Amino acid sequence: MPTDSLFKPLPLAGRPETVSVTLNGSALQVPVGTSVAAGLLSAGVKRFRNSPVSGEPRAPFCMMGVCFECLLDIDGAPNRQSCLVELKEGMVIRTQDGMRDLLVGLDESAQNGRNQHGV
Amino acid sequence: MAYDAHPGITPSRPVQSVDIAIIGAGPAGMAAAIAARRHGASVALFDEQPATGGQIYRGITQVTSARLDILGPDYGEGATLASSFATSGARHLAGAAVWQVTSERLVHFLQEGRVQSLQANAVLLCTGAMERPFPIPGWTLPGVLTAGAAQIMLKGSGMAPTSPAVLAGCGPLLYLLGWQYVRAGVPIAAIVDTTDGGDYRRAIRHVAGALAGWQYLKKGLELMATLKKAGVPFYKGATNLHVLGKDSATGIGFESGGMSRTIDTSLVLLHQGVVPNTQFSWSLRAGHIWDEVQLCWSPVTSKWGELDVPGVYVAGDGGGIGGARVAALQGEISGLAAAAQCGHLPLATRDQLAAPLRADIRKNLSIRPFLDALYQPKKANRVPADGTIVCRCEEVTAGDIRSYVELGCTGPNQAKSFGRCGMGPCQGRQCGLTVTEVIADARGVPPTEIGYFRIRPPIKPITLGELAREA
Amino acid sequence: MRSNVSMENSDLIVIGGGLVGSALAYGAARQGAKVTLLDEGDQAFRASRGNFGLVWVQGKGYGMTPYARWTRSSASLWPTLAGLLQEETGVDVHLQQPGGFCFCFSDAELEERRSKMQAIQDELQGDYPFQMMTSLEVVDRVPAIGRDVVGASYTPMDGHTNPLKLLRALHAANLKHGVNYVSGQAAREITCQGDGGERRFTVAGRFQAPRVVLAAGLGNRDLAEQLGIHAPVVPNRGQVLVGERTARFLDYPTLNVRQTDEGTIQLGDSMEEVGFNDNVTTDVLANIAQRGVRTFPVLSSLRLVRAWGALRVMSPDGFPIYQESVKYPGAFVTTCHSGVTLAAAHAFRVAPWITGSAVKPAEIEVFAGDRFMNPNYQPSHAH
Repeated sequence: MPTDSLFKPLPLAGRPETVSVTLNGSALQVPVGTSVAAGLLSAGVKRFRNSPVSGEPRAPFCMMGVCFECLLDIDGAPNRQSCLVELKEGMVIRTQDGMRDLLVGLDESAQNGRNQHGV
Repeated sequence: MAYDAHPGITPSRPVQSVDIAIIGAGPAGMAAAIAARRHGASVALFDEQPATGGQIYRGITQVTSARLDILGPDYGEGATLASSFATSGARHLAGAAVWQVTSERLVHFLQEGRVQSLQANAVLLCTGAMERPFPIPGWTLPGVLTAGAAQIMLKGSGMAPTSPAVLAGCGPLLYLLGWQYVRAGVPIAAIVDTTDGGDYRRAIRHVAGALAGWQYLKKGLELMATLKKAGVPFYKGATNLHVLGKDSATGIGFESGGMSRTIDTSLVLLHQGVVPNTQFSWSLRAGHIWDEVQLCWSPVTSKWGELDVPGVYVAGDGGGIGGARVAALQGEISGLAAAAQCGHLPLATRDQLAAPLRADIRKNLSIRPFLDALYQPKKANRVPADGTIVCRCEEVTAGDIRSYVELGCTGPNQAKSFGRCGMGPCQGRQCGLTVTEVIADARGVPPTEIGYFRIRPPIKPITLGELAREA
Repeated sequence: MRSNVSMENSDLIVIGGGLVGSALAYGAARQGAKVTLLDEGDQAFRASRGNFGLVWVQGKGYGMTPYARWTRSSASLWPTLAGLLQEETGVDVHLQQPGGFCFCFSDAELEERRSKMQAIQDELQGDYPFQMMTSLEVVDRVPAIGRDVVGASYTPMDGHTNPLKLLRALHAANLKHGVNYVSGQAAREITCQGDGGERRFTVAGRFQAPRVVLAAGLGNRDLAEQLGIHAPVVPNRGQVLVGERTARFLDYPTLNVRQTDEGTIQLGDSMEEVGFNDNVTTDVLANIAQRGVRTFPVLSSLRLVRAWGALRVMSPDGFPIYQESVKYPGAFVTTCHSGVTLAAAHAFRVAPWITGSAVKPAEIEVFAGDRFMNPNYQPSHAH
């Protein structure tokens, strides 16, 4: 575990089993049996998102689903409360930097399929 | 306006039904389910977590003996409840986020991306407590978490701080966490305690109750002794708390013993008590009173826990802070009442079974006045200075709220419309109490006259697409 | 008892501190009138806090041409209002008037829309710019539009603003202009003393003025009776969904979806007659959600943050009521359900009429409350 992470597993039952996930495209080893938020904290992730109001960095606060600070994009679904999501091998995780852009990924073909009402 | 409003209402689809729907799998919810099932009622219990236990018994179904040793015997009590629940025959909807409970007792929930609803004859809100907001400068920085969060890391994931953390605030949970860290061999940078001489003097008046709850007292004293023996640095009567750092926490500053102090740390764990999680009860427009001692809102209930919304009950910390044992007892009482309401046991039996439980509750509550007096959170940490952020989601400061009052805002809903405090994703959970108290303080009237945010569904997030599928 | 209470005198008492009352107070105060503004408390129904923020012209006044004119007049005065408020209070209400869309989901719907818009244009002798657009034309302006949308009506006259900031700005401006704002003051009783130039209205036994205007929304119904005016308004519930903030995806206001200046997304709306009940219901919200996703499929994964219901102040024909009491001249009632769109007209054209420095605007002559007492009155409904 990185030495600058805030939390680490207690050495109770030997080395914990870890799995691999990606965060913003980079591979990360995180312990199993945790929430995504807990896992990322132990992997040294300090910033989970930026406040949409000021852009200031935010990270988990309550770990029980009442503060909404731990929001991450998990496997393509944005704004997941990562403290309530069980971490699984292979998850694709992205921090939420700035506001969502809904227009990204607008399907070109969907626009072209409008020809029936073109007249 | 609605020139093209959708005509008509969608035809009603058949909805599944159940006798009793319980929201929350903590001690109150589990105990209620067990009691109701014992009398043959059908029960569905909803919780967002994958396993039972709520927050206080978080991780109880997966706990190892090594972890039990660290967490202590009180935590272990949850195991009995959890296993009784598992064999009770109640339907457990895990990973289910309830996003609305209507006054007609229809429960709307989201599970694995699917929206569904369940009609109940009785609904038990056992949503427990959450940490009281602790608005001090810097509290929104990464690296600042609640003591409860740290406990969840410990219970749920077996994780502890990498480098020494500062525990700041007051209340039994803070010291309990410290004690658990000591037992686990985790170094603590310091406990910065806001409790001062005045608190002790106030609490002494309730010492009779404290002595009646002597087991709690004994536990507390033992706990403090362990902390002292372990040499954990202790600062008393701390004031002017503020977290230092720019992009993340680098330390905490405060005043104690007449001196200004700074402790370097990258992890600050804040706690100044817990308060009832009242999102559902407020969303039902149930009556609430302002508890002058616990400084929070409590739903008004009958002695069976029923709200002024018929068929909806509250049990456990969600109705007023009493602790895990009291929560289980209240859950059992409300479970009996709900089962009786559904016709599964005669009222006389219900009364008979409830009587010894009530006596037990009284006994377990005897310590509360003492604890509530001793650990009442300081006004400066509830009604902060102008520059401190009150609404984390929308970054509204105490000064902003005071300026709305000057503009003529009389309460939190007007303040919300003027400044967006309470409009963010947490829907007022982290700021509601502070907003009420800041406005009360600015207007010079008691909080009970100020009221609270109007709480609306969705109580938990749901996407537009998910909601559209319910149509 | 009365003799012990010291009267607070002013030139005009405005009853109701919502968008209508605040705009009237502002207009009157700007003219130099000494105004008292009475407002209820934090838990009041407050249509002003529950609206879409549209400054909307298209489609209004179908079958009631004066209303179309009145609405257009207000929309054209809106930039003045926004500019003055910014200047006087520093609050930017984010008025934007880029034109607006009303989307249609079938050819039949599109044709019905077209004929309605055409009828209004004809009534106004062509002075009513609008364009019927095909879906391809819509996509050009609104890239995120879904394929279920077959076309739209567009007019350059439409816009939107931030209604909460508007209310806050009006509050601040009123304070600046010396309006006596009294909150937590429900007005139940209005009495009239004296005659002609000596006539005085007394409200709540404490506030006195030669002129009084009822802008109390649903409360106007009962208060108006005391002043000999017929204002049979009833509540009409609208429900709205609010989604999280996103980067800008929609540059135009539309009838059912708009993106606010802060980036949050609002979806509406509905009309129900359910009495004084401003709760939300899942069935209606689900319908709103479904329509929203059909209109903008990209919104499917949008996280919903909040849902609310609010009560419109609805007259039997849906059009406003502006009337001076015949029995008690100097007493007025003003009620509408488009307090945002009409805010400018209220401030600059209704307020002078109420303070007595101008005649009643021509367009609103027809909106006396008495029209509902005529059994032969049959307008086509505003909706």
